[in-house]
Amino acid sequence: MLSATNIALIPLLPLLGFVLLSLFGKQLKPFAGVLATVLILVSAVLTGGAAWTYFFANGRVNDVYQTIIPLNIEWLRFNDQLSIQMGLLLDPISVMMLVVVTLISLMVHIYSNSYMHGEKRFATYFAYLQLFTFSMLGLVLATNIFQTYFFWELVGVSSFLLIGYYYDKPSAVAASKKAFIVTRFADLGFLIGILVLSFYGGSLDFQTLIQQLTTPHTPALDAANKASFLGVSALTWGLSLVFIGGAGKSALFPLHIWLPDAMEGPTPVSALIHAATMVVAGVYLVARLFPIYAISAPELLAAIGWVGAISAVIAALIACTQTDIKRVLAYSTMSQIGYMMFALGVSGYGGEAGLGFTASMFHLFTHALFKALLFLGAGAVIHAVHSNEMHDMGGLRKQMPITHISFLIACLAIAGVPPLSGFFSKEEILLAAYQNNTPIYWIALITSGLTAFYMFRLYFRIFWNKPHTGHAHEASAIMWLPLVLLAVGAAFAGLIPFGELVSSDGKALHSELHLSFSIAPVALGVFGILIAAWLYGKQNAKPASIQSSLGGLFQAVYHKLYIDELYLFLTKSVVFALIAKPAAWIDQHIINAAVNGSASITQKISSNIKTWQSGKVQEYGLYFLGGVIGLAVLVLYIW
Amino acid sequence: MNLLYILGIPLLTALLLLVMRSPDWIRRTALYGALLQLGMVVWLFIAYQQQRTMGYAMAAFFEQNYAWFSVWNIHFHIGVDGMSIAMMLLTAFVVLAGVLVSWNVQRMVKEYYFLLLLLSFGAYGFFMSQDLLLLFFFLEIAVIPKYLLIAVWGSGNKNYSANKLALMLMGGSALIFVGILGIFYATPADQRSFDILQLANQQLGPGSQKIIYPLLFGGFGVFSALFPFHTWVPDGHSSAPTAGSMFLAGISMKLGGYGCLKVATLLLPEGAKVYADLVIALSAIAILYGAFATLIQKDLKYMNAYSSISHCGFVLLGIGMLTKTAFNGAVLQMVSHGLMTALFFAVIGMIYERTHTRTIAEMGGLLKVMPFAVTALFIAGLASLGLPGLSGFVAEMTVFVGGWEHQDIYHRAATVIACMSIVVTAVYILRAIGQVAMGPIKENFASLQDVAWYEKMAAVVLIAGMLAMGLAPQWLNELIQPSTQFIMDKLAAK
Repeated sequence: MLSATNIALIPLLPLLGFVLLSLFGKQLKPFAGVLATVLILVSAVLTGGAAWTYFFANGRVNDVYQTIIPLNIEWLRFNDQLSIQMGLLLDPISVMMLVVVTLISLMVHIYSNSYMHGEKRFATYFAYLQLFTFSMLGLVLATNIFQTYFFWELVGVSSFLLIGYYYDKPSAVAASKKAFIVTRFADLGFLIGILVLSFYGGSLDFQTLIQQLTTPHTPALDAANKASFLGVSALTWGLSLVFIGGAGKSALFPLHIWLPDAMEGPTPVSALIHAATMVVAGVYLVARLFPIYAISAPELLAAIGWVGAISAVIAALIACTQTDIKRVLAYSTMSQIGYMMFALGVSGYGGEAGLGFTASMFHLFTHALFKALLFLGAGAVIHAVHSNEMHDMGGLRKQMPITHISFLIACLAIAGVPPLSGFFSKEEILLAAYQNNTPIYWIALITSGLTAFYMFRLYFRIFWNKPHTGHAHEASAIMWLPLVLLAVGAAFAGLIPFGELVSSDGKALHSELHLSFSIAPVALGVFGILIAAWLYGKQNAKPASIQSSLGGLFQAVYHKLYIDELYLFLTKSVVFALIAKPAAWIDQHIINAAVNGSASITQKISSNIKTWQSGKVQEYGLYFLGGVIGLAVLVLYIW
Repeated sequence: MNLLYILGIPLLTALLLLVMRSPDWIRRTALYGALLQLGMVVWLFIAYQQQRTMGYAMAAFFEQNYAWFSVWNIHFHIGVDGMSIAMMLLTAFVVLAGVLVSWNVQRMVKEYYFLLLLLSFGAYGFFMSQDLLLLFFFLEIAVIPKYLLIAVWGSGNKNYSANKLALMLMGGSALIFVGILGIFYATPADQRSFDILQLANQQLGPGSQKIIYPLLFGGFGVFSALFPFHTWVPDGHSSAPTAGSMFLAGISMKLGGYGCLKVATLLLPEGAKVYADLVIALSAIAILYGAFATLIQKDLKYMNAYSSISHCGFVLLGIGMLTKTAFNGAVLQMVSHGLMTALFFAVIGMIYERTHTRTIAEMGGLLKVMPFAVTALFIAGLASLGLPGLSGFVAEMTVFVGGWEHQDIYHRAATVIACMSIVVTAVYILRAIGQVAMGPIKENFASLQDVAWYEKMAAVVLIAGMLAMGLAPQWLNELIQPSTQFIMDKLAAK
C-alpha cells in the first residue's frame, strides 16, 4: 500500500483531472463534477489504505513511527549541495494531512456537484478544485523545503483562481488579488528563510536539514548560530522568515487581512481552502520543521506561541461583531489556527513535553472536520436564503432540519462541549498551555469562552431568533450527504487516541483527560452559549443596546481594528505614491531626458557645424588662410 | 550535424520570399521555414546530447572554420556549446510564434516576413559565432531590421522610437567594436586573433582587462537593458509591431546577455571581478526600480517593457554574482524571459487587434469574450511572477540561490532586493490582469471574437516551451552546465 505508485497516484489523480478539465472543459462539462469527484474518491481510498497501512499494519519500528520516502526525484540541481527534489514523504503528520485533505476535498467535491449546478463555468470550477487538491497534496508530501515552496505557491494561485471565480464581480476580483499579494508578501519571507536555512544546513532536504540544524555542535549548527545580522543569529533569522511565510498562509495576525475577504469565493471553496486545508499549511510548515524550532530556537518558538495566542483572541473578538455569516466563520478559522499555532509554541520536543505538538495536530484534524461542516452548512443556508447576512436569516431550523442538526453538532464541537471532537483537542491544547505558559493559557481560556459565544450567536441567528418568512427549504441530498458524514466525524473524531498516532518524536504519547482541569473551559463554554441564547435566542433589543453602550469599542472591533485601512494607506500612499510614481518619474524625466538631451545636443552641434560648409569659395579661402596662419604661429612660436 | 544548415534555412527562406507574389504563399513559406528551423535546432540539440553521452567534451561542438579575411586573421568560425543551443532553441520557438502571430499583417507582407527571417538569421549566426568579428557581423544583422520593422510597421511615436532604439543599440555596438579591437591589439602581436576560444585560453593582462571589460559589458549591456541604458526598451517595444516586440524582447535582449557572459566575462574574467560589484548594484537597481516603474504604467505594452527591464536585471545580476549557479540562473532567465515575454507581447497584440486599445484602464472583463487569449495572458503573467511549474520560477530561484552562495552582506542585500521584486511583480501583474481580464465586461467589447487558429498556435508554441522548462528544468540546466563551467574555469584560473 505504501509503494511509490500508490502514493504518487494520490496527488497525480487530481492533476490528471485538472489537465483533462482544463483542456477539454467544454466537451466534458456535463461530466466534469462526476469525473472530478471520482478521481478524488480514488485518491481518498488510496489515502485511506495508505494511512491504515502506515499507522496500523506496519506500525512502529522500535517504538517509533518511521519516515518513509517511497520516491524522491531530483528536479533541479543548483550546486553540489542544494537541489530541489520532488518526492513523497510519509510520516505521521503527512499521512494525517493526506487524510484531512482528501477527505475534505471529497466532501467538497460531492457537495459542489449540487451547489455549483448550473454555473456557466462548471468545468472550470472543478478544474481549479482539482488543481488545488493536487497542489495541497504535493505540499503535504514534500520531502524538500523547496518542494514545499513550489506547491505553496501553487496552492496560492489556486486559491486566487477560486476566490476570483466570480470574476465579473469587482469585490471578488479585489479579494482574490488581495489574498494573493498578501500571501506573496509573506512568501518573500519564506523564500529568504529557505535561502538562509539551506545555506547553513547545506541541504534543502527536510531530513538532512533537520538533522544538521538540531544535532548539537555540528559545524552547520555552530555556523548558523554564530553568524548574525543585526544582533540576531542566522538560524533565528531563517526560522523567523520561514515562519512569516507560514503566518501569511495561515492568516495569523497581522497578515490575516486577506482571509475574511477571501470569502468572496464560492462557499465550498471556503470550506476546503480557507477553513480546512490551505490555511493550516503554515501550522503544517512549522510542524514539519518542528525539531529545529523546538531544539535549536526555543525562544523563537515561544514568540510564535504569542503570535498564535494574540491572533486567536483578536480574531475571536472580531468574530463576535460580524454580521456576514461567512466572515464570522473566517474569523473563527483565524482564531482556531491561532490555537494550533500557540499549541506548537508552548510545546517542546519529544516525550511528554511534546504534548502541545500532538494537541496542535489533533486540533488541526478535528477543526478541519467541524469547520468544513460549518462552511458547507453555511453554504446550504446561503443557497436557501440567497444572502450572507444574518438579518436575512432566522428560524430556519424547521425548514432545514438536516442542516440545522449538523450545524449544531459543529457548533458544539468548536465550542468544546464534551464529548464532541473539539472538546478533546482543545483540552489537550489548554493543558499544554497550562503546563508551559500560564499567560497564554488564560488567553486561550478567554478565547474559548468567546468562541462558544460567537458560534452560538451565529447558530441562534440562523436557526432561531425570528420566524422564517421566506421559502427556504432543505438542501438537496447531494448537499446534505457530506454534511451528515462530516457531522459524524465532528462528533466522534475526538475519540481517536491521537497521541498514539501523532507525536513530535514519533513515539506514543499517552495523554489523559483530567476531569478537574476540564471544568473551567467547559463551564466557560457553556456560559458563552447561554449568553448567546439569552441575547439571540429570540429577537429582542438587548444586542443593539449592548452595542451602543460599548460605543467606540464596538465600532473599532466591528471595523476589524482598522487594520485594513492601515494596509491600504501603506500601499496607496507609500508604495504607489512614494516609490512607484517617483521611480517612473525619474525614468521619464531624468534618465530618458538625458538620452533625449544627448541626442538634441548632438543635433544642435551638427546643425551649427554644417553651416560652415557653405559652398562659398571666399569663405573656404578664409578658413584656409586662417589655418595656415594658425599653423605658422604654432610652429614658429609655441614649438 | 552541419551548422550551416541552421544558418542557411532562415536566409534561404528569406531570399525565397523575395521572388514570391502571393501573400498567402509568403506566409506559408515563412511558416514552413520557421518550422524547419525549429526542427533543425531540435535535431542539433539531440545530436549534441549524443556527442556528450559519447563522452566528448570540447568547448565547441560541430565546429567549422574557414579563413575569411586572413590579413586580419578573421575567420568564419562557427561552433556551438550547450548554452548556445539553449539560446537557439529559444530563438526557434520565438520565431515560429512570431511568424504565426503575424499571419494577419496586411501591409507589405513580403518585406515584413523578410525582415523577420533576416533577424532570426542574425540571431542564429550570433549564437554560433566563434570569432569576435563574425559575432559582431551577425549582431548588426540582428539590429538593423528592427529599425525598419518599427519605423514601417510600428505604431504610436514610431519614428522617435525607431531612431532611439537604433541609435542606442548602435552606440552599444560601437562600444563592443572598440572592445573587440582593444582585445585584438592588447594581445602580443604574434598571438593576435579574433577567435573566441583561443582568446579565452590566452588571457590578457589584468590591466588591459580592466580597461576593455566595461566597453564590452556596457556595449552588450545596452542590448540587455543595463541600467541606466535601458530607455530604448519601453519606447522601442511599445512602438514595434507585435512580432517585432516579440523578437526584440525575446531574442535581441538575449544577444546582450549572451554577449555579457560568453564574450565579456569569458574573455575578461579579471575585468569581470573588478566590476562585479558595480554590475550587481546596477542590476539590483534595474530589478527593483524597473518593477516599481512597471507598477504605474497605464499601457499594457509599456508595462511589459518595463517589466522586461526588471526581468533582464536578473540576467545581469546572475552574471555579476560570478558563481556557477548564478551563471546558470542568468542563462535560464534568458530562456525563460524570452519565452514568457514573447507570449506576453503576442497576447497583448491579440487583445489590441480586437479592442484597439492598450490602455489597461479602458479594458475589463475580457475573460468572458476572449477566454483563450486571456488565459494565455494569465499564463504569461503567472510565469512573470515566478509561479512554479512555469519557466520563470526555475530561473529566478537559481539566480537567488547562486547569489546567496556569497556570504557577505553586499551580495546578500542585492539578492534580497532581487527577491523583493517578486512581490512587486505579483502586484503589477495582478493589477493588470484584474483590470483587463476580470471585472464586469465593458459594453463595447461584449461582441469581440476570441483568437484565430494562428494566434492560438503561436501561444501554444510558447506555452509549450515554458512548460518544458518549468515542469522539468533539469534537462535545460544540464545542457548549459558545461558552458558555465568553462567560464568558471577561466574565472578561477588566476
